[in-house]
Amino acid sequence: MPAVQETIDRVAAIDVDKYKYGFVTDIESEKAPKGLSEEVIAFISAKKGEPEWMLAWRLEAYKRWKTMTEPEWAMVDYPPIDYDSIYYYAAPKGTSAPKSLDEVDPELLRTYEKLGIPLKEQEILAGVRKQGEPSDLDEIAGDAPYSRVAVDAVFDSVSVVTTFKDELAKAGVIFCSISEAVREHPELVQKYLGTVVPTSDNFFATLNSAVFTDGSFVYVPPGVRCPMELSTYFRINEQNTGQFERTLIIADKGAYVSYLEGCTAPQRDDNQLHAAVVELIALDDAEIKYSTVQNWYPGDAEGKGGIYNFVTKRGDCRGARSKISWTQVETGSAITWKYPSCILRGDDSRGEFYSIAISNGRQQIDSGTKMIHLGKNTSSRIISKGISAGRSSNTYRGLVRANPKAKNARNYTQCDSLLIGDKCAAITIPYVESRTGTAQFEHEATTSKISDDQLFYCRARGIGEEEAVALIVNGFVRDVIQQLPMEFAVEAQKLIGVSLEGSVG
Amino acid sequence: MLSIENLHASVEDGESTREILKGLDLEIWPGEVHAIMGPNGAGKSTLGHIIAGKDGYDVTEGTISFNDENLLEMAPEERAAAGIFLAFQYPVEVPGVATMTFLKAALNAQREARGEKALSTPEFMKAVKTAADKLGVKQEMLRRPINVGFSGGEKKRNEIMQMALLQPKLAVLDETDSGLDIDALRIVSEGVNSLRSPERSFLVITHYQRLLDYIVPDHVHVLAGGRIVRSGGPELAKELEERGYAEFLEAA
Repeated sequence: MPAVQETIDRVAAIDVDKYKYGFVTDIESEKAPKGLSEEVIAFISAKKGEPEWMLAWRLEAYKRWKTMTEPEWAMVDYPPIDYDSIYYYAAPKGTSAPKSLDEVDPELLRTYEKLGIPLKEQEILAGVRKQGEPSDLDEIAGDAPYSRVAVDAVFDSVSVVTTFKDELAKAGVIFCSISEAVREHPELVQKYLGTVVPTSDNFFATLNSAVFTDGSFVYVPPGVRCPMELSTYFRINEQNTGQFERTLIIADKGAYVSYLEGCTAPQRDDNQLHAAVVELIALDDAEIKYSTVQNWYPGDAEGKGGIYNFVTKRGDCRGARSKISWTQVETGSAITWKYPSCILRGDDSRGEFYSIAISNGRQQIDSGTKMIHLGKNTSSRIISKGISAGRSSNTYRGLVRANPKAKNARNYTQCDSLLIGDKCAAITIPYVESRTGTAQFEHEATTSKISDDQLFYCRARGIGEEEAVALIVNGFVRDVIQQLPMEFAVEAQKLIGVSLEGSVG
Repeated sequence: MLSIENLHASVEDGESTREILKGLDLEIWPGEVHAIMGPNGAGKSTLGHIIAGKDGYDVTEGTISFNDENLLEMAPEERAAAGIFLAFQYPVEVPGVATMTFLKAALNAQREARGEKALSTPEFMKAVKTAADKLGVKQEMLRRPINVGFSGGEKKRNEIMQMALLQPKLAVLDETDSGLDIDALRIVSEGVNSLRSPERSFLVITHYQRLLDYIVPDHVHVLAGGRIVRSGGPELAKELEERGYAEFLEAA
């Protein structure tokens, strides 16, 4: 409950500008020349001190990208992107390789603090309620203890700092920026990079392969349960900059890791491109839980500005009995094009996708998942909650496929849409393909509106209209919120209230 | 406390407008329990809805004042904070919102609107427990999403429990007896009776006299044809039980 109260406080505290992360950090930065060419790619590669093989890999992708065309099948509409007017690399000066927090530009630390991500490690422990004090959040948290969170902070094109590194290293966990991983752990990167999302995968993934700048790398060795939540916080600051995040997470046999990413960007009139690739690999008996709270600048009420979030995320349940779970809370971006998927290769592996996608104003979302059942007795579960308000459009697009060898594949899909107002759209496009007679696929879908009766019932009890909407929506998405790590569940609830501000009345 | 004068209200009914209340007068003083009885379609529930501020009714004439404030200009949540409570005839389901969560949001929203401090979680838990115990509402039910999958009796009991928690100045009970078996009726009535006080008033809307055996009113009014056509003491309810509403329908 405190979360709901905070939602209200937060909604109430907003006056004109509802996007509170719209500020710009005044920091000198170093950029590659505008546009894309082999020289620019070589520049990025050199900046990052990459080995030869990495540059060759990038150039190969670039060659392919030049032959590809931008996909048009998604239910989104935007003017053509001029790929030559984008800066592909921007880095705050003097942050090339900070060894510790003390070496990081204080201006950057202040930026992350403003974003609610205090990088000073001990501060992450602050704000925790007293032990034994009851809270309605217990419903969400269950018995999960409050955990510490290690953060990798990515600012424009570079990772500025990664916290708790030493402690993680003691457990054998590697958590660093992908740039560092390319230098320090080339054998792991070479073994796994591009094995889930190949460089030829799709237009945006190929572009990313050519120019990716930073992102996180995680390796959890066999049998290790990662001792804390890992998270990366992405911030786009520079104007006309694209952010090309590349994240690679490997859970070796019997390992477990929970990872979360958060994203914000300043408020600008131009659109900015975020084309990320995330690859997850779970070996035998391993489990990866990947959560996203995406709050890129969504543009103004008329649809001016905002981030184009064109992202390829895919997990490979490579080993038997492995498990990958995606949870996403999507509230930002002008356009979202994103389908976190699972390839269920290992026998008895399991994929999960829990999604809350909220669109307001003129936002356009085309998001969903693919569950590709290859192994025997594989199972998957999809819970998607779409909320459309304003003049937005919100599409769920999903594919569940069982290949001939996927005996006894099982899927349960539930897609619920909630409409607020009468100028928005919700579209559900589920594809189901079963090539084995033993698959059991279930699909349920509902579309509803917040009813006047529900609103009146809340208001007759003294709950104001905006708060009532936040309450009803939080109820609608509850199943998914429960999947998020505790700290982020609270954050997500607040965000939902904020992003729906102005959607009624 | 509540003063209704010459209230006329209509609803849009497709193309046409239908007048439901046609000059209703009612005066309720602190501590009084008034019962409104009448045949189906007389406008009983409409009256409750208009007092609570539900959209969809057009008040064309007349006034409602509550403790000298013009009620008709207030939003539903402002009326609630001012002390008006409507126990719904059909309580609404809000999926995913735990009853406990809903109650805390309601109570604290009202307190804040009145400039009072929000209750802390332990204070709130204590207040809910007191209210819930009185109505025989189990803790398990407080954790369930509000009204979702509740039986008819559970929903009504939940409404009265909310009333006990929110401590309104004027409670409007809209056919709270409908759908209740005799045991549930007794529990609900006891809950209401325990909240009777010299400062708190009730407007009990019911079709049947049965409820008034348990909640004994100070005044009984017959609402027919959009007006109060007769008023009296508790004995009027008994008379209605014996003779029905036929003569009032004719009179209206």
